[in-house]
Amino acid sequence: MEEFLNRIIPNIMNKLPIFYESIRDTLIMVGWSGSISFVLGLILGVVLIVTKKGGILQNNFIYQVLDKVINFFRSVPFIILLAALIPVTRKIMGTAIGVEGAIVPLIFGTVPFFARQIEAALSEINPGLIEAAQSMGSGPIEIIFRVYLKECVSGIARATTITAISLIGLTAMAGAVGAGGLGDFAIRFGYQRNQIDVTYVSVLVLVILVSIIQIIGNIIARKSTH
Amino acid sequence: MIRFENVSKTFKVEGRVVEAVKNVNLHIEKGKICGIIGFSGAGKSTLVRCINLLERPTSGKVFVENTEMTALSNKELRKKRKEIGMIFQQFNLFASRNVFQNVAYPLKYSGMKKSEIKKKVESLLELVGLSDKAKAYPSQLSGGQKQRVAIARALANDPKILLSDESTSALDPQTTRSILKLLKELNEKLGITIVVITHEMQVVKEICHKVAVMEKGEVVEEGDVFDVFANPKQQITKDFVESTSNLSKIHELIDENVSITKLSQDECIVKFKYLERSVSEALVSQVSRLYNLDINIIFGNIELIGENPIGGLVAIIKGENKNIEEAITYLKDKNVGVEVILDGRVSK
Repeated sequence: MEEFLNRIIPNIMNKLPIFYESIRDTLIMVGWSGSISFVLGLILGVVLIVTKKGGILQNNFIYQVLDKVINFFRSVPFIILLAALIPVTRKIMGTAIGVEGAIVPLIFGTVPFFARQIEAALSEINPGLIEAAQSMGSGPIEIIFRVYLKECVSGIARATTITAISLIGLTAMAGAVGAGGLGDFAIRFGYQRNQIDVTYVSVLVLVILVSIIQIIGNIIARKSTH
Repeated sequence: MIRFENVSKTFKVEGRVVEAVKNVNLHIEKGKICGIIGFSGAGKSTLVRCINLLERPTSGKVFVENTEMTALSNKELRKKRKEIGMIFQQFNLFASRNVFQNVAYPLKYSGMKKSEIKKKVESLLELVGLSDKAKAYPSQLSGGQKQRVAIARALANDPKILLSDESTSALDPQTTRSILKLLKELNEKLGITIVVITHEMQVVKEICHKVAVMEKGEVVEEGDVFDVFANPKQQITKDFVESTSNLSKIHELIDENVSITKLSQDECIVKFKYLERSVSEALVSQVSRLYNLDINIIFGNIELIGENPIGGLVAIIKGENKNIEEAITYLKDKNVGVEVILDGRVSK
């Protein structure tokens, strides 16, 4: 087996520790920035929905400000965001390089996207349900948790899947600040040193990662649809 | 029980001001089923939402059991809303929850123990006849079953009032009847006051004690169901009465000159309308015997509102000129509205 692998992917086999480390770095970046973005994006998505015109806590000022800020961050290409956020990152994390240095820009790149996805998922809800909940005496907080979030689990699962996958894409760019990860691994060895097998294996691992996320997302979405 | 005082509601739609409800004064008595009927866009849904303040009136006051709803704080209002159940045309059940969880929704945070909630939900499901569906999800239910679940959910907090917003409009006629029967039973069993919004005469006829007719945001006519529909004063009320009767069809037949409307010289087409309560006498056969007339009924439409017949007949009367005249006078004395629609005798 090992011999076989040595033959077809020699450049991976002779730097297995680096390979494993880059997988770990990718998982750390996706895990940390993903969970933080999930919470922040969910909150912002809910705020967008409830403060919107006709929402249960309609507030045009908050909506407009949030809407513009989200649009602003979404329109900055990630690679530029990465560089532009260096001072902020340094303030928050103490360093602007490595895996820690990548997490802050990854969050800034992901949260606006995810918030929009959540806004779209929650706006799918039948307004009649909100009205019914109000008629039963539910207040805004109760409606957010017991109606919006509970009834939209499958939409939220789909939004999370899409965002997590695009987040994996972003981590590849984080190599620009020395964050490592599979994308960086593939560029450094596969592209710059022309070790094509490194590129292929990196891609394969990414495909497996994306597939796992997609499958989990689909299962959650299906389980919550009755 | 429920009182509207000069209630108006205006919306701004694309810069235009739309008066959905205009200056409504209405009193709904405790324990009654009150129908609010009108064509779509008449403002009836808006009016009923002014009761639990899902819509806040632009001006005017709404009282529920002497509580001024329009003066309550948000918190008090939410508490008060628990005393007012509401059901909807589209049922509005939570798709991610099964029947049991849907009915239990309003009971959470009510201070009840889990076991008490279970007992309460089970008794509600029994009340609406769905005990065996507790584990089913809404998508597995028929329209009628969904509405029953919605009714059980609306009754969870033992409300004194039930608002029904076109609750049967998405159902087939048979299911409509069974839901109406259920509402009527609830009214009788629990003494709950029910406000029914509808555009269907049948709904009002079958279960309502009182009716208010709405047009363009105003209540144009109200009162006892029989009084309002036996002697409709407004054109719209007449339209509703006509909508359930086929009597006006005779005019089409005459216009089309169908053979049945070609009268001989001793015939005329007459419309009888029952206006008063208890038309229990066998008037048609009496008249036929007394005045030696042949009466050929072409259309008939007699319905019971409560226990009183309402409606009329269209018939061809054949006989001697004088006898026909006397028969018409006789019927008018018996408080039957008589209208000669086409007269073979005149066209002679």
